[in-house]
Amino acid sequence: MSQAVGINFKKSIIDTIVAGFLALILFGPIVGVLLDGYEFETGFGRVAWMVAVVMAGRFVMSCFFQTEKGIAMAFRYANSDDGATVLAPGHKSKMVWIIPLVIVIGLLVPFIASKYILTVIILGLIYVLLGLGLNIVVGLAGLLDLGFVGFYAIGAYGLALGYENLGLGFWSMLPIAAILAAVAGAILGFPVLRMHGDYLAIVTLGFGEIIRLVLTNWASFTHGPNGVSAPLPTFFGLEFKRRSKDGETFHEFFNIPYDSAYKYMFIYLVLFAVVWAVLFIKHRLVKMPIGRAWEALREDEIACRSLGLNHVLVKLSAFMLGASTGGLAGVFFATYQGFVNPSSFTFFESALILAIVVLGGMGSTLGVVIAAFCLTVLPEMLREFAEYRVLMFGILMVVMMIWKPRGIVRVTRTGFTARKGAVK
Amino acid sequence: MDIVLQQLVNGLTLGSVYGLIAIGYTMVYGIIGMINFAHGDVYMVSAYITAIAIALLTFFGIESFPIIIIGTLFLTVAVTGAYGWVIERIAYRPLRNSSRLSVLISAIGMSLILQNYVQLSQGANQQGVPTLLTGAIRFTVGDGFVQITYMKLLILFISLLGMGVLTYVIQKTKLGRMCRATQQDRKMASILGIDTDKVISTVFVIGAMMAALAGVLITLDYGAFDFYVGFIIGIKAFTAAVLGGIGSLPGAMLGGLILGLSEALFAGLISSDYKDVFSFSLLVLILVIRPSGLLGKPEVEKV
Repeated sequence: MSQAVGINFKKSIIDTIVAGFLALILFGPIVGVLLDGYEFETGFGRVAWMVAVVMAGRFVMSCFFQTEKGIAMAFRYANSDDGATVLAPGHKSKMVWIIPLVIVIGLLVPFIASKYILTVIILGLIYVLLGLGLNIVVGLAGLLDLGFVGFYAIGAYGLALGYENLGLGFWSMLPIAAILAAVAGAILGFPVLRMHGDYLAIVTLGFGEIIRLVLTNWASFTHGPNGVSAPLPTFFGLEFKRRSKDGETFHEFFNIPYDSAYKYMFIYLVLFAVVWAVLFIKHRLVKMPIGRAWEALREDEIACRSLGLNHVLVKLSAFMLGASTGGLAGVFFATYQGFVNPSSFTFFESALILAIVVLGGMGSTLGVVIAAFCLTVLPEMLREFAEYRVLMFGILMVVMMIWKPRGIVRVTRTGFTARKGAVK
Repeated sequence: MDIVLQQLVNGLTLGSVYGLIAIGYTMVYGIIGMINFAHGDVYMVSAYITAIAIALLTFFGIESFPIIIIGTLFLTVAVTGAYGWVIERIAYRPLRNSSRLSVLISAIGMSLILQNYVQLSQGANQQGVPTLLTGAIRFTVGDGFVQITYMKLLILFISLLGMGVLTYVIQKTKLGRMCRATQQDRKMASILGIDTDKVISTVFVIGAMMAALAGVLITLDYGAFDFYVGFIIGIKAFTAAVLGGIGSLPGAMLGGLILGLSEALFAGLISSDYKDVFSFSLLVLILVIRPSGLLGKPEVEKV
């Protein structure tokens, strides 16, 4: 770029004035006039602040993008990089050392952490599971599913209603919920196979909403908005209660004093094991033909079909696997809360899981795990900013798509070379 | 019999409003081939601005109904139009050449931003507007009667007027020609000297203005709203757009009317608890059976 670079202040000032004017229109009514019944209060001070911030920001940005550095940066973002980093064929992953370390630390957590921190970490792990499930559907197969919360709800309500009506416990429900959710995934997947992109997103969104509305309105079965209580997990038939109606409880059997944290420790450990199992399975699947087929389908469906890939099977398998992971997460959520009601399964929850996948990097397992913890544990720790949580998610999603559409952690994969002596 | 007729009247007004919002989806889809996910929330913003405009106008001592309604319409449409422009500028324009998935996710982000922005500044409680227009025409039918409130007549009148003006603009004016040309082939249109970026912005503004029109009408009729109303009504309007054939203007209006009528009949005759389930199921069904809708052209996949 050899063109003369100089800041055109006139242009910047015009930009600033336009931005300020627009900010005034956008913020003026909604922030400046606060409805209070049919009356209103005014808050023009805040509007003035916001407009000033927008104008200052716009001025700085406008000037910056006229400098040499700014032009270079805009150029880089306009051509943001895509795809995966291919490692050298002989690359040895550092994960070999890190994974056992993480497992050991993870196993020690419940004995060190306080009960509150433990519950927060459990929540984080549940979202890791959800993120991993959605990552298969969105990140790997490229099918935008906005109704993922529906499978989550199937798992959670499966446990609560299965216990109430059929007497099924946590352990029997864990596999059943995964199967139930997978079946629901297939039922949803079949009709929508022909769709992709936006249509698929809307249909899955409708599916999630239908499940929520049915849970809310079918009061005779689901108890409507009041919710259903869910059973706690048991340790070889031993309950984690202070007293049990039938048989011994966990602390009586081992002759240790009662502590309400035991049940969270137990849930944590089981969840920890399940998350590792899912991580392992996913890690292998991605390297297998089916995983490669998902990714190929994400990149170009028509090319894949013309190369003889059975797109029905590929899409359905992604839907079903993703859904079953969501179902598992639902069971853990229900048993962790001890109670489920429809308000836990709104569209916002789907959007949150999507934000995890998007932030973590489409298809990147490590990224999803990190993002799940960032998006669930951080807001818990920063309670005073909790009301800005949704706003932050929204901004994050827009900014990430503009800045790094493939997420923070780039997908890496090992390269291949011909075996020695195979081809000359 | 009177229930059916009454629900038909209700469905007609509801449907015309769905049609108005569906125009926003259909025009944006036609021109850049994506669903403007934040469109329902634009409607929600317009509901708030309606209430604010009414509160401001009454504060300045204006009592006569025609002036209030015209003032509210003007203010809401203008402000919401600005929202449409800014949304396109922030969430869509930087992603013009990205994959469709990225654009859709950015749109969902925008929708969350709008919802939370309104919730943070106006509070999560339900808000309301005073009833401004009362009275109704009643017909005796059999044992019961059917009533058409003046408000419903006004809704029908204004939404038909809005659709008429829009159809005229798209069919007859230079702006409309530019829109249609861009819709047909964006690259070619821009080679022939049409500023397609500007056209896309304009389409977003028009869509937002139509949603604003609907926002004013529904808010005045129904009276209560909160920051979450955009979600459900957004999906329903999208259903209407798909039903009529997304990308087609008359399709949006037709789809809106059919959806409104069938939903009102379902609510009146079968169950009002499940009327949203009905609309969503209808959406799934249309997309599975006839994704191109009633008046739409089948989409050709380009390799």
